[in-house]
Amino acid sequence: MSILKTFKLGGIHPKEGKLSANSPIKNFPLPKTVYIPVSQHIGAPATVLVAKGENVKTGQLIAKGEGFISANIHSSITGKIAKIDEIVDSSGYPKKVIVIDRADEEIWCDNISDSDPNTTKEFSPEEVKQKMREAGIVGLGGATFPSHVKMSVPEGKTAEYLIINGVECEPYLTSDHRLMLEKGDEILKGISIMMKTLNTKKALIGIENNKKDAIEHLQKLSKNYSGVEVVPLKVQYPQGGEKQLIDALIKREVPSGKLPIEVGCVVQNVGTAFAVYEALYKNKPLIERVVTVTGDSVKEPSNFLVRIGTPIESLIEAVGGLPETVAKVINGGPMMGKALSNLSAPVTKGTSGILLIDKKEASRKTSKNCIRCARCTMVCPMGLAPYLLENLANRKLFESSEKEGIMDCIECGSCSYTCPANRPLLDIIRVGKGEVNTLRRKRVQK
Amino acid sequence: MDTIIVASLVSLGGIGFFAAVLLFGAAKKFKVEEDPKIDEVNEILPSANCGGCGYAGCRNFAEGIVKNRSLDGFFCPVGGNELMKQIAEIMGLTAQEKEPMVAVVRCSGSFKNSPAKNQFDGVSSCKSAHMLYAGPGGCPNGCLGLGDCVTSCPFDAIKISSETGLPIVDEEKCTACNNCVVACPRSIIELRNKGKKNKRVFVSCINKEKGAVAKKNCSAACIGCGKCVKECPFDAIVLENNLAYIDFEKCKLCKKCVPVCPTGAILAINFPEPKKIESTDKKEKIELNKKDSLNTPNSTQKNMNNNENKTKASDSENNSDKKELVVEEK
Repeated sequence: MSILKTFKLGGIHPKEGKLSANSPIKNFPLPKTVYIPVSQHIGAPATVLVAKGENVKTGQLIAKGEGFISANIHSSITGKIAKIDEIVDSSGYPKKVIVIDRADEEIWCDNISDSDPNTTKEFSPEEVKQKMREAGIVGLGGATFPSHVKMSVPEGKTAEYLIINGVECEPYLTSDHRLMLEKGDEILKGISIMMKTLNTKKALIGIENNKKDAIEHLQKLSKNYSGVEVVPLKVQYPQGGEKQLIDALIKREVPSGKLPIEVGCVVQNVGTAFAVYEALYKNKPLIERVVTVTGDSVKEPSNFLVRIGTPIESLIEAVGGLPETVAKVINGGPMMGKALSNLSAPVTKGTSGILLIDKKEASRKTSKNCIRCARCTMVCPMGLAPYLLENLANRKLFESSEKEGIMDCIECGSCSYTCPANRPLLDIIRVGKGEVNTLRRKRVQK
Repeated sequence: MDTIIVASLVSLGGIGFFAAVLLFGAAKKFKVEEDPKIDEVNEILPSANCGGCGYAGCRNFAEGIVKNRSLDGFFCPVGGNELMKQIAEIMGLTAQEKEPMVAVVRCSGSFKNSPAKNQFDGVSSCKSAHMLYAGPGGCPNGCLGLGDCVTSCPFDAIKISSETGLPIVDEEKCTACNNCVVACPRSIIELRNKGKKNKRVFVSCINKEKGAVAKKNCSAACIGCGKCVKECPFDAIVLENNLAYIDFEKCKLCKKCVPVCPTGAILAINFPEPKKIESTDKKEKIELNKKDSLNTPNSTQKNMNNNENKTKASDSENNSDKKELVVEEK
């Protein structure tokens, strides 16, 4: 067996803990009430189209994404708009939500077919982009960048490769893994639609080698699709980062501050590919996603197909309730996820997993002085010097930290993970990034 | 032997002389003319280099003044009016008097008023916490209590109280240098007029959410009811985005807004304790707090009886705890 590919700089290998890898995706029962935030994506919040008391069907457009970088929001259940309220969501701040009380009978919007049409359709690139936009598809890997924007290749650039991210390098999370196993054909159909849209001949699906079943399954299926190749990758965090994945697969480096299209590729998540399939073949907007609910003390770690807007509490109840030993509930994986401050926060398009962490693992150790061991520098996948960036941010030397490339930080947390002195490197760097952003904005204004 | 000594003396002396000539020439040619006034002004500045004047340190401030030949836009908050007068003397200009300011913390979200719903386990920095969530009490505008203002203060004038979790400003030490105002990621701290005898009335809340939402997270939040606006005889209070703001330039410290506030969001600070009222000059307007006066009912009763015809008592409807008697005497 040949040596598996991976990215060249840094990287770590944390405990994998993929507890729910063998639990099939279950349909989560429809919640009584859903809380659908109008801002579930990067970019401008969507404008609310419905009013209190209105009846909505499943899949109906309830908030429209205006402006280029924005996304549509659809009703995920059939019911009545109870109110337009604010709720503390996973961002930790109160955000506008549309609250819908479920009706007894579920009625889908007329043009949506919930069954597989099993036909081979042809779509024009414009139609695909339009449909993606209408369906409110965003990057389902976690960054929630509106996907139709990525699909619009700027003039003068060509997309040589379509890269599909099936890496799922975050420990514990298994939603993409299960999706690849159970919806392989649909994902591949989505991929071929995107390939035609981008006019690319080659699609690479990158999957880490700890998901051997998914690799085999997709390799078998991809024989029926021309130009699609499944590439097994060495298990290394943060391989799921866009820039790392491009480096691992095609050995190209995305220049600082530029997008992947600069080196001729477009990266999409497997979840997004599935959503594209659903939008085009079934006309179904993005109203549900696979969420892993897991943790060391969770009774039955599971993968659920959840409607957007379902309160996270109910997901925790479904896996046997909140164990007493749990100290933190994380939205996302253990490396990049964020602790929730409110358990009734809803599942959004970007929620890939809910992780319950025990007290022992959740508590931070006391941070000591930096001993200049340079381990953070060794593991940084962007080739930065995290100890230096932390120091500069602490001293408020934001101009210098900008020169040292603080804005290239992808916030993967490898530095904090590896630091033997338990320094909160990423936390401070994040503050520094915020300050540099303000500086840049001021510069633009001048 | 001798020749070695002579030779070294001559060569070293020669090098020395040559270097002296070179340095003399260089000193003449590259001499930087500097106004001696810069040094004079710099000498009397506090040398705190706090940046409160808007310049990158005291020397920079002195250079600015001497270069501009005017005191417009120059003010050293640490030295205050006295220092500015001295600088004006040196410069031969007249200094404009500025009212002294002080940093005011506009949040009442203490542990009691806004109980913690969750614990923060991250870096002890407000900026970092601000990026992550609304805060332990749930108020998105409330004080996070992690002390970015404390570390920013070059005068050791601000501390976090262990009882309330809110910052306390030491009015004696505070120079209104603006550092804490900049450091606070939520803009809770404001520079306000120090006022007569340090008396101040201000809305201790910056939450712009709707009343019901704000009240959910903090019992002392401004709910934007507008009662204070109606009560104010000087039009000093503005209600904008569900939040009342008292303009300190218009406020005459009458304290009429304090008792009408249903949540107690308006604070009156440094007003004399009720006990002192008996001894104060009768010509002054006096306000009493019923809460405190209840402890000494007799004295209040007397006071009221003695000035029957000019006594006005007003009760607030909602908060019996904060009912207040306003007594005017002449």
